[in-house]
Amino acid sequence: MTLLATRQVTASAPRRGSRPRRWGRGSAGWFFVAGYAVLLLAFGVFPTCYAFYLAFTNSAGQFTGFNQFTKVVRDYRFGPAFSHVLLYLVLWLVTLVVLTVLAAVLLRSRVRPGLSALLRFLYYIPGALAGVASVLVWLFMLDPDVSPVSWLLDRLGLHTFAAVLAPGNLPVIFMLIAFWTGAGGWMVVMYGALNNIPDEVIEAARMDGAGPWRTAWHIQIPMIRQWIAYMTILAFAGGTQLFVEPQLLQTASLGRVSPAWSPNQLAYVYAFQQGDFNGAAAISVFLLALGLICAGLLVARSNMFTLDET
Amino acid sequence: MTPLAPAPRAAARRATPSRAVSALVVGVLLAVLLVFFVLPVVWLLLAPTKTADQIVHDNPLSFGSLHQVGRAWRHLYDFQDHALLVWLRNSAVYSLGSLVLTLLTSVPAGYALALTRFRGRKTLLVITLVTMIMPSATLVLPIFLELNRFHLIGTVWSVILPFSFYPFGVYLVYIYFATSLPRDLLAAARMDGCSQWQLFTRIALPLAKPVIGLVAFFSFVGNWNNFFLPYLVLPNSDQFPIQVGLNQLLTSTPSFNPVAGAGLNITIPELALAIIVAILPVLVLFLFSQRTLVSGMLAGATKE
Repeated sequence: MTLLATRQVTASAPRRGSRPRRWGRGSAGWFFVAGYAVLLLAFGVFPTCYAFYLAFTNSAGQFTGFNQFTKVVRDYRFGPAFSHVLLYLVLWLVTLVVLTVLAAVLLRSRVRPGLSALLRFLYYIPGALAGVASVLVWLFMLDPDVSPVSWLLDRLGLHTFAAVLAPGNLPVIFMLIAFWTGAGGWMVVMYGALNNIPDEVIEAARMDGAGPWRTAWHIQIPMIRQWIAYMTILAFAGGTQLFVEPQLLQTASLGRVSPAWSPNQLAYVYAFQQGDFNGAAAISVFLLALGLICAGLLVARSNMFTLDET
Repeated sequence: MTPLAPAPRAAARRATPSRAVSALVVGVLLAVLLVFFVLPVVWLLLAPTKTADQIVHDNPLSFGSLHQVGRAWRHLYDFQDHALLVWLRNSAVYSLGSLVLTLLTSVPAGYALALTRFRGRKTLLVITLVTMIMPSATLVLPIFLELNRFHLIGTVWSVILPFSFYPFGVYLVYIYFATSLPRDLLAAARMDGCSQWQLFTRIALPLAKPVIGLVAFFSFVGNWNNFFLPYLVLPNSDQFPIQVGLNQLLTSTPSFNPVAGAGLNITIPELALAIIVAILPVLVLFLFSQRTLVSGMLAGATKE
């Protein structure tokens, strides 16, 4: 810090000394960040505080302590909503980590570079359909009447669209959708991380007689460990927010799927069908806390985010 | 198998059957993934060329006719008096409007965070990092409650302004300037009498083109595909962006909603065509941007 200060002083020393230097510097910084800071306050800090405020008060604005929280936790839909998402997260994270890392390793060391580039590109394309489009496409893929893999659905005993949308299948369906749109991008990223491992390291392992599988397990995967952790935390945080997928499936299933399948949907039901903004806020405080914990973990525990280089 | 070539000795010593099995496993796995990722896309691209009846009865991967694409488009165009075009225009307004605001705010902010020192800088950086990592959906309901409090629901700004808040963009610009703009260059310019404003516009901005492209890509793709926020804050169909419009189309498709969809011409080919039209801008960007994605996602690890 002192070093930095000296450098600044010497750098600006030749200028006419009349200008109050420190004030000048600081105000320029604030001038540049002002627009962003306003947006940050308006759509980051303020909504968070307002959600907390609503969660601790009632519709008349009176402080009610933890009443809103106990109310939503006791709601018969609260437990199921969180356990649905938990089950989905377990499926999604295991599939994501295993298949993404495996595919990246194979694409990096077992396939010709040209073919590898083509495959990465094709795996990554469905990412363009993230959101509503992906859910609609998968509605078709899962409808035995029109699906190109209806023989597979038949084999699994799923002969009608209603059978496919049975409550027990939903976590798997959302996992498929999430994997279809998200995994390709992560494979590209993991491939990039594997590419950063110096060739000499891999070469040395080969010289020592390690086959491709052992090299992957003992050298490559440990060296991209932090990227795997990064992906897992981001995917976990994102997964807790599930909304579009169950919401559209609910529409398409003519109400066979619960309108409060995920916590975000439950908050939506509170706000839009029951007009209970305080209850909705209490649920979003739970979700905010989850997101904050994940973000805090990543920032504090990993060295991935360079906060200050000086 | 070029990557294996540099170690012929080690390879030669291995038993051939186990190598063959290993190669087979690799091939099967990558092929299954390929079918999983590509088949739905191919099906989607073929669906508008067929009638609903053909989709049900013909080979799923058969090609119908271009004539049928035209028919599907006319049905889609006629839906609620060309609502589709209105939704597309809305999406363009929301995504491009917030893109402009995002660039106007995030580029100077990232620059200042990287290259100037001011009180509260560290706090701003930490908050930016945390909000950037938090899924954007966490803030949607709180933002809705806030906008509702100030009676801004249903206005264009209720979408554009929250979309413009883009901490990830600020972080990308910050990393870019912190790692690739030589401080000596700035110091030299300052000696020559450049003001802070001139430093930014004459030195930093011209060097920032790559990162501006990166921020623009992520911001546009994210906002174009966003469903949750506009779904909550825009009540009227003529304000919907295309994503919320697709949801409306879905409820008008007889195959998914026999009651409300009866008598409408929105069947599977029309819906498939609508999906293709809706994702086209993002798809085009994706076709040319794989590198962009990697450099953006790896931005955190630029430090050795």
